[in-house]
Amino acid sequence: MDRKTVIQVKNLVARYGDDIILDRISFDVFEGEIFAVLGGSGSGKSTLLKNLLGLHRPASGKIFIDGDDISECDEDALQQILRKVGVLYQSAALFGSMTVAENVALPILEYTDLSRESVDHLVKMKLNLVNLDGYQNHLPSEISGGMKKRAGLARAMALNPKILFFDEPSAGLDPVTSAELDKLIIHLNQSLGTTMILITHELESIFAVASRVIMLHKSTRGIIADGDPKYLRDQSRNPFVKQFFNRLPGENSLLNGKDGP
Amino acid sequence: MRNAKDLQSCRYEVSNGDDGAKTLHIQGRMDAATAAETIAGIKSILKPPLPAALTVDLEKVTYLDDFGALVLVELNNLMARQKSRLYLKGADQRVKEILTILKYDTLGEPAELSHKPSPNLFVRLGEAVFGQVADLDFIFSFVGSVCLSLIHACLHPRSLRLDDILSSMKKVGVDALPIVGLISFLLGLIMAFMSSVQLQQFGANIYVASLVSLSMVRELGPIMTAIIVAGRSGSAFAAEIGTMKISDEVDALFTMGFDPTRFLAVPKILASVITVPILTLFSDLFAIMGGLVVGVLMLDLTANAYMAQTLRTLTLFDVFWGFLKTAVFALLIAGIGCLRGFQVRGGAAEVGQATTSAVVSSIFLIILADAVFAVILRYWG
Repeated sequence: MDRKTVIQVKNLVARYGDDIILDRISFDVFEGEIFAVLGGSGSGKSTLLKNLLGLHRPASGKIFIDGDDISECDEDALQQILRKVGVLYQSAALFGSMTVAENVALPILEYTDLSRESVDHLVKMKLNLVNLDGYQNHLPSEISGGMKKRAGLARAMALNPKILFFDEPSAGLDPVTSAELDKLIIHLNQSLGTTMILITHELESIFAVASRVIMLHKSTRGIIADGDPKYLRDQSRNPFVKQFFNRLPGENSLLNGKDGP
Repeated sequence: MRNAKDLQSCRYEVSNGDDGAKTLHIQGRMDAATAAETIAGIKSILKPPLPAALTVDLEKVTYLDDFGALVLVELNNLMARQKSRLYLKGADQRVKEILTILKYDTLGEPAELSHKPSPNLFVRLGEAVFGQVADLDFIFSFVGSVCLSLIHACLHPRSLRLDDILSSMKKVGVDALPIVGLISFLLGLIMAFMSSVQLQQFGANIYVASLVSLSMVRELGPIMTAIIVAGRSGSAFAAEIGTMKISDEVDALFTMGFDPTRFLAVPKILASVITVPILTLFSDLFAIMGGLVVGVLMLDLTANAYMAQTLRTLTLFDVFWGFLKTAVFALLIAGIGCLRGFQVRGGAAEVGQATTSAVVSSIFLIILADAVFAVILRYWG
């Protein structure tokens, strides 16, 4: 494939004190694809996200975002690189004291030279993009969970980043809203060409959205499978992957304790 | 290298057609990096009088996003203000699709977001009144619920959560001791020092001891302690309960069958009422010690004479009166702190507001209560 790499992770090791969470993992994300990081609880998904965003520095290994190394750069350089990145947090992380429009306008006013009027137009377009027109002047506490996610997405996309991260996009959403968000993600990916990285464990979303996945597991502290999610579901021989995609309980789950060793 | 730069840039020029119609050719990327510059550039080219119609040729646009669409919107508005028209042509499928999702057609009118309509005076007055009434309602029900919980606690002492009370007592009392001690010591020092300047003129050095002990034990000790506790613990109560409220922990308590007031407020109130008077006692002692230091080092008094004068001045009633006052102050501080915490609704900013309000209202009520005590003492004592 002759596609440009936007994120490159090389032999990343992440640890908290003596606990190694991720042990020498490597993967690439290509421009314009929807890439998902899967894994059960405790597999290191969130740690990986924090490392990719520079919130944690890796114990060793390298992370390149759009060609720039973020594992060793200083704070200012990191801020410059993060300008290319938008994040939709699990709880949307909208600022409660500002209206939806003010939340979206915040980064635009800070980082562009546009006039106030232009920014207002732009905010309106962003909200149109996520189907939130008419809710500009609502406070985050006045809108539903799905709307908060969409408003968070509009804010994450405020500066049209090259890369968008989604932390558990469908967590806490009903199936209908969740499916709508999936559709929106695909739509934005196609129309704006943004590279998207989803950190998730929602099977439906994964099949609907992701073109390529990697799967983390705590047993190896690393990647146990990668590729097309549908192929992995049908063809993988790895027992953990099978369990995950077929929603089977684990070896040491509560119910089959008596069958255990 | 030059090519790479061209790819990132956006260029534009105006050409005149055969029939006098003007066309604006745009080429390159219309994105976030180029939008502000392009808008300014085009506005400087298109000086009035504007043509009656302008066609924008988008054929050579390689990329367009919402910042690019903004250029078109701004242009459209500029033309519309002069009653001119703007036409788009040559947009490829991708560009058309983006303009459709952005609902480009509806963007003509001024956006006017973020400027909330400011309600007129009467509306605001009415809202404020209703807000206050609702507030009052909440205060009454909270006070009632605290009273009921305290009565319940008296009738069923075993229902009290002793561990919670002890840990609150440690936070309110033991942890505050160093700062209360230090401030009181310095206060005693300052008072002795200031009064000695006057009293020395009359050779009444020994009365420094009376002045320091009486004013500290009766008035300043209780008030200073209460203000420190309001700042340290009242704010902490409001912030803790407020954060629990917004993260649904209070609701969780309620659904598990706990009475939030009994579970959260009562231990804090009881702990405060028990420990703050003890803190006041320490405050009195440290202040007297401060005065003693000045008396011995600067006024040629012996420690013995100073203490004897102090004991002659003070009565047991003064000390108990101070205790009673601080117990009431403690009740007010803890009550207001918990009340403000329970009043939190919404987000992080509200917690901050509740904390501020807890400290401000506590200090106000402390001073008010102290004035009431002074009047009572005047007519009764």
